[in-house]
Amino acid sequence: MKESRMLMGMPITVEIVGQGDAVKDAVNKAFEYFQYVDDKFSVFKPNSEITKINQGKIKENERSDDIKLIFALSEQTKKETNGYFDIVSRGGRLNPSGIVKGWAIWEVAKLIKGLGFENFFVDAGGDIQVFGKNSEGEFWRIGIKNPFDQKNIVKAVRLENEGIATSGTYIRGQHIYDPFDKNKVISDIVGLSVIGPNVYEADRFATAAFAMGKSGLAFIASRGNLEGYMIDKDGIATMTEGFNKYVIK
Amino acid sequence: MKKFIISVLVIAGFSIYAVFNRINVSQVYSLSDNTSATVPPTQIPTPTKKPVPTVTSIPATPSPTTVPRGQYVDGEYTGDSVDVYYGNIQVKAFISGGKLTNVQFLDYPQDRSHSVQISKKAMPILTSEAIKNQSAKVNAVSGATETSKGFVQSLGSALAKAK
Repeated sequence: MKESRMLMGMPITVEIVGQGDAVKDAVNKAFEYFQYVDDKFSVFKPNSEITKINQGKIKENERSDDIKLIFALSEQTKKETNGYFDIVSRGGRLNPSGIVKGWAIWEVAKLIKGLGFENFFVDAGGDIQVFGKNSEGEFWRIGIKNPFDQKNIVKAVRLENEGIATSGTYIRGQHIYDPFDKNKVISDIVGLSVIGPNVYEADRFATAAFAMGKSGLAFIASRGNLEGYMIDKDGIATMTEGFNKYVIK
Repeated sequence: MKKFIISVLVIAGFSIYAVFNRINVSQVYSLSDNTSATVPPTQIPTPTKKPVPTVTSIPATPSPTTVPRGQYVDGEYTGDSVDVYYGNIQVKAFISGGKLTNVQFLDYPQDRSHSVQISKKAMPILTSEAIKNQSAKVNAVSGATETSKGFVQSLGSALAKAK
């Protein structure tokens, strides 16, 4: 069973291999969780907890456990990326979207796994966690979108229990800024796809490494458990040594 | 006076050592010239704490017989050493047939305490290629977010102001 809905301002797709009420129920629970995350973390919702924190309406000791967790994870990621990952926006407000998406996909994947399903994927706006095999009994096949021609893919990778996330400038406009110079837009790289042990790891490091520009891929390579595929504005792709083992030839 | 003589001797000793080293370095480069087509660096590397020489640039060496077909001229190009906040990175680009075919790391953060975590692995091996559309069948596609409320909101407010 495969279902897509628009949530958190992006298309979210959940596919669980199999049919029946239990599968339907799991798919519904997955979307309910995304709805919960959106209600709590959306900076565009006037009544979300993050909006109220930014308005000073919620004090530090009144924050919910998930808000505290996300702030702690953001702080940890900021340290691990030497400041390249930062949830403080250009206007000085807190916007944890850069970490919430990957975290939410990973939480939903764990939720589905906890319900006893082995073969499924969760895709939120192009960041994907897979488990097991597809309906044809093969490992999941994921394409990497061509940033210059979005109806096509430039690579297909075979994933088993990994996550993949792509950071890029091509759809949202130039939306990623250098945290050390918030007026400087990262422009030489148009897309960076990262494969990691799970989508949370892949997403947070893809976001941070993208902000590093061309040296971001070396940062990905240095992490040890991540592989990356970077596309620059001239259509040249550069990949880490271990990326090739995922590529469907 | 004794101190002065000792100082002079020490300075002279260093000078001779330095000159000797320069000659040695030049000889090494001229030797390698005979065995390979590598272009020697224009500068003798200045000694630093780092083991990696701080070669700043190597002149482009396009082969006169190659007609460039892509947007680049064939050859090997060494980039500037760039401070990436956790160390320096310097790469060499290999252009063949007018296209970028490989990127080699000449310098990579290894010696700063705060870069230990991100330098567990040795210098990364990165390969490059021109992107090409694939026809492979896939279950899902990874790409940057297709729609964004933030983008739409920002654009909307900008357009509102533009009225």
